[in-house]
Amino acid sequence: MGWALALHGGAGDVPRTLPAESREPRLATLRRCLDIGMAALRAGRSALDVAELVVRELEDCPHFNAGRGSVLTADGTVEMEACVMEGASLRCGAVSGLSTVANAVSLARLVMEKTPHIYLAFDGAEAFAREQGVETKDPSHFITDHNVERLRQAKEANRVQIDYTQPMKGQQAPREAAPADDNSQTGTVGCVAVDAAGNLATATSTGGLVNKMAGRIGDTPVVGAGTYANALCAVSATGKGEEIIRHTVARDVAALMEHRSLPLRDAAARVVAGAPRGTVGLVAVSRRGEVCMAHNTTAMFRACATEAGHVEVGIWTDADADADADGESVSVAL
Amino acid sequence: MAPWAIAIHGGAGVDPNLPEHRQEEAKRVLARCLQVGVDLLRAGTPALDVVEAVVRELETDPFFNSGRGSALTRRGTVEMEASIMDGRGRRCGAVSGVSTVKNPVSLARRVMDKSPHSYLAFDGAEEFAREQGLETVDNSYFITEDNVGMLKLAKEAGRILFDYRIPLTGTDTCSALAGADHHNNGHNGMVMNGLPISIYAPETVGCAVVDSTGACAAATSTGGLMNKMTGRIGDSPLIGSGTYACGACAVSCTGEGEAIIRSTLARDVAAVMEYKGLPLQQAVDFCVRERLDEGFAGLIAVSSDGEVAYGFNCTGMFRGCATEDGFMEVGIWE
Repeated sequence: MGWALALHGGAGDVPRTLPAESREPRLATLRRCLDIGMAALRAGRSALDVAELVVRELEDCPHFNAGRGSVLTADGTVEMEACVMEGASLRCGAVSGLSTVANAVSLARLVMEKTPHIYLAFDGAEAFAREQGVETKDPSHFITDHNVERLRQAKEANRVQIDYTQPMKGQQAPREAAPADDNSQTGTVGCVAVDAAGNLATATSTGGLVNKMAGRIGDTPVVGAGTYANALCAVSATGKGEEIIRHTVARDVAALMEHRSLPLRDAAARVVAGAPRGTVGLVAVSRRGEVCMAHNTTAMFRACATEAGHVEVGIWTDADADADADGESVSVAL
Repeated sequence: MAPWAIAIHGGAGVDPNLPEHRQEEAKRVLARCLQVGVDLLRAGTPALDVVEAVVRELETDPFFNSGRGSALTRRGTVEMEASIMDGRGRRCGAVSGVSTVKNPVSLARRVMDKSPHSYLAFDGAEEFAREQGLETVDNSYFITEDNVGMLKLAKEAGRILFDYRIPLTGTDTCSALAGADHHNNGHNGMVMNGLPISIYAPETVGCAVVDSTGACAAATSTGGLMNKMTGRIGDSPLIGSGTYACGACAVSCTGEGEAIIRSTLARDVAAVMEYKGLPLQQAVDFCVRERLDEGFAGLIAVSSDGEVAYGFNCTGMFRGCATEDGFMEVGIWE
């Protein structure tokens, strides 16, 4: 029992040669966000508040692919999406196609709390944001030089980075061609939390994938795919969106706990193992305060903490973990 | 060779006072569309092609509220959505916010077959439709006189239903009110999707098929919710919520979209079969009973063994089903 939280900044095949100037700011942000989440849980904030708060911080960090720092569509624009869900009530909210809202995750929460709907997208979502008076920015606020360059490289390679459905006739699966510069394969952010009262919540936010078609919706805002919480657990997933959708990844972790009575760690490991290698990562917490960070990619930017004192921050699967954990690709603390 | 089976629906939540001639007309349309599917299955057409063809028929007929005859947004426009899923390989495609594409289900199929993504929405989806050369029509094609009148009634009713716009928790909801009236047959208090049942018109069509090779597929298409906010996305395009297919079964849901999303209803039927080992009809019954909390919905399903099943917890569902051994049924009430 006790509170716990876990967060991620995306999963993918991040080269171990990732330069320090790309690695360190991300690790520092993960640590800072973990501290913010821990402090909020210690102060008695609800799991939902904590998940939203942490994801807002991650959105504001330009090094991750959400909010400021979102990757660009084929048109060079930003289309952000996000989702929140509360476990006990199954209440949820989601948004897609945002181009001016500073913190997509908070708009998703407002959809949940202030509309009869769950999911608003594009112009309707932007109009709702204005109605609610949330902070908006000029679209240029979200666009970093780095992402302009990424889009240029992706277009040069004439392909979509990060994810894609299965190879089509006459089209090569473009897995190999990622620019070697940094973690271009990753970036979606998410946070799951269970508070001391046992309430569960999850939140996920993303800019999507580099060079995506305008209008593309990924797994993040799809309840059950990138984001899900119920009375047993809360899950936030990241990776190749199309794989996560078809495997209903977040929901399946919960379904295995519910219908098969698997413990969190086993449920998460089974779901991750069931998806093609290199496509899925997730963070999850259970009602009992267990935490799990599982991925079948070579890396996932991640961090977790429990009330019992387990703290972990890491990127790759082995001995790189930053703290007192063994850095397994699936790790659990009770 | 496995026995084929097909199930279709034209939405759940039917006014108990629906005039007899309208009931007869509904049954005629259902029987006609069902026969289209049966003929295709007899001719050896793959499940995926059958669900697309049958949903196209249902979309094109103005009796049901998808494609032509779609519900109207608050602004009086049509925003349609659809999804399709192939149980083999769990490939899927979805669209939202479509305003000129004559058959959204076919656009969803193109997203699956011809794009690197699985879900496109609004302008991006429209652009893709043009690129793909799908038949488009003026938005006014979809708007029927009947629905203009319905929107007016819905707006008036929206003012009367004091809690329609307030997010609902626990049992203190419109739906709970409707539930209370459910048994005294009082149509005045019965509410579906925030609208009195006498005004509400079921908004969705769907089809689930298993072909004689044992392949399962499902498709769902909708105009959404009468008087919805622009940009609102419901359950129909969400893989795992309104639509799902895997190796074991195919499912299409209809009803109060938000309740279907919270419960990831379509995936849960499959998950209960897969993880709990229940047969199809028991899985359907379990999900309708246990998953819908305060919401009203219905669903149709087929298993890879050639069974058909349906379930709903509201007043009526337009539906039909047929199996290879000659069983054929079209119905509205329990």
